[in-house]
Amino acid sequence: MSDIMTAKDLNLWYDKTHALKNVNITIPEKSITAFIGPSGCGKSTFLKTLNRMNDLIPIVKITGEVCYNGQNIYDSSVDVNELRREIGMVFQKPNPFPMSIYDNIAYGPRTHGIKSKVKLDEIVEQSLRDAAIWDEVKDRLKKNALGMSGGQQQRLCIARALAVKPKILLMDEPTSALDPISTSRIEELAIELKKSYTIVIVTHNMQQAVRISDNTAFFLLGELIEYGETEKLFSQPTDKRTEDYITGRFG
Amino acid sequence: MKKNKIVERAVHGVFLILGLLTLGCVLLITVYLIISGIPAIKEIGLFDFLFGTRWASTAEEPSYGILPFILTSIYGTAGAIVIGVPIGFFSAVYLSKFAAPKIKGFMENAVSLLAGIPSVVYGLVGMLVLVPGIRTLFDIPDGASLAAAIIVLAIMILPSIIKVSMTALEAVPKEYEDASLALGATPVETCFRVSVPAAKSGIAAAVVLGVGRAIGEAMAVMMVSGNVPNMPSLFQSVRFLTTAVASEMSYSSGLQQQALFSIALVLFLFIMLINAVLNFFLKKENC
Ligand SMILES: Nc1ncnc2c1ncn2[C@@H]1O[C@H](COP(=O)(O)OP(=O)(O)O)[C@@H](O)[C@H]1O
Ligand SMILES: [Mg+2]
Repeated sequence: MSDIMTAKDLNLWYDKTHALKNVNITIPEKSITAFIGPSGCGKSTFLKTLNRMNDLIPIVKITGEVCYNGQNIYDSSVDVNELRREIGMVFQKPNPFPMSIYDNIAYGPRTHGIKSKVKLDEIVEQSLRDAAIWDEVKDRLKKNALGMSGGQQQRLCIARALAVKPKILLMDEPTSALDPISTSRIEELAIELKKSYTIVIVTHNMQQAVRISDNTAFFLLGELIEYGETEKLFSQPTDKRTEDYITGRFG
Repeated sequence: MKKNKIVERAVHGVFLILGLLTLGCVLLITVYLIISGIPAIKEIGLFDFLFGTRWASTAEEPSYGILPFILTSIYGTAGAIVIGVPIGFFSAVYLSKFAAPKIKGFMENAVSLLAGIPSVVYGLVGMLVLVPGIRTLFDIPDGASLAAAIIVLAIMILPSIIKVSMTALEAVPKEYEDASLALGATPVETCFRVSVPAAKSGIAAAVVLGVGRAIGEAMAVMMVSGNVPNMPSLFQSVRFLTTAVASEMSYSSGLQQQALFSIALVLFLFIMLINAVLNFFLKKENC
């Protein structure tokens, strides 16, 4: 498996708060990488450095590199909008737009210049199928997306992200607001999606990391403490702090 | 325990009385306007009153047609909206979504100041700057005109349009905007394709509020519009519904005075209509 993203000596400050400290990590393609760690350790912050969503916060300062396909994404020549199209994001709280299911999915493709109705119909159906929600919504594509259940909304958001044909999907605790049944559907979906996409998922739930991820990274106070194959990290952690965390001694 | 209950009751009662007082004022004005507005309409005839094109209240043979006023008020308001809404809307978009915090703070203060300027001052500046300006620019005998009134009104409605639109735009959940940006949309695309549509009923309410302000304004337009009861035309002196009442009330009597009450009633109905539309948009906003 080849590598798709690499962070090198990545540091991030929110004003004076040093939120990420010398993070080095390599994320393999077409796999699921999980970020775990206690609240406030910088998981979301790090995830957002991968598609430059941190650019939107004026007080953020970043040093180091994040390479995607061999190019530093913080290079001034990089087109941020194109980057974000290729590296999609699913948020903690389902956030469909207040418009129809169809328009939600078509939003991204339309933004990137696709106008043909036939083409859009095709993308909408394919994205909803890929997100395993087509059968539930195919008869109400024109209905407002806000009328769906939380779990459906989150899968709609995944479909919306897939509609712009990304290479990587970043998910920030995508199931933390959902019930167990919706959660397991999203987990199944993630496993299915890794055949075609690279998935990076932040999770608060260690069982979830064990169930779905290939590799796991453990963060603590802005540092990447340990990173490796999920099975190994959970069975034979090398760092004492990792062991303490996964055995539930803190966090 | 018991004492608390009594205090609670008393406070409740006071609030109820104050609330009823407000309601009473509204009812009183409504009833008064209807009662005093009807007789003249009866005497003149509804059709002749509303659609008569000649207003000559003090002539030998008086004529009480208020179509010139109605049309002037409508055209004046429409003109102010056509000019004021785009400026106000884009200002609101800029201030709420793109302006640096310092610029935003400064501009917000400026807008509040604009809102606080008394209308007589708008009228005065219009009289001294706008009216002569229009006279020379368009080479017409008198600059006091519908055009001057439209410009003054457009400026006067800017603060309410900007503030209400800004409130609506700022209330759009950041999650929507993040989702759009994360799909690769630019900030401008995000603003116009997500934020503005999500705030559309609030923005519509801002426009309606502007309409209400423009149609109800009297002092400033009286000072710049020439106050002559012509059928409206952009570069002619005109008279609005509001100024028709204000300018003759002090010396009127008999049927003339009753007709002025009828004009006030017509104006009141316009305002009621606008309020109903506003409520409609605000209700939509809340669900
Ligand atoms: N927008 C922000 N402004 C300032 N500090 C922030 C901001 N977002 C996060 N932080 C700080 O950065 C640290 C890491 O936060 P975060 O990445 O959200 O942690 P996690 O996702 O692991 O819970 C925390 O100390 C948090 O307070
Ligand atoms: Mg987080």
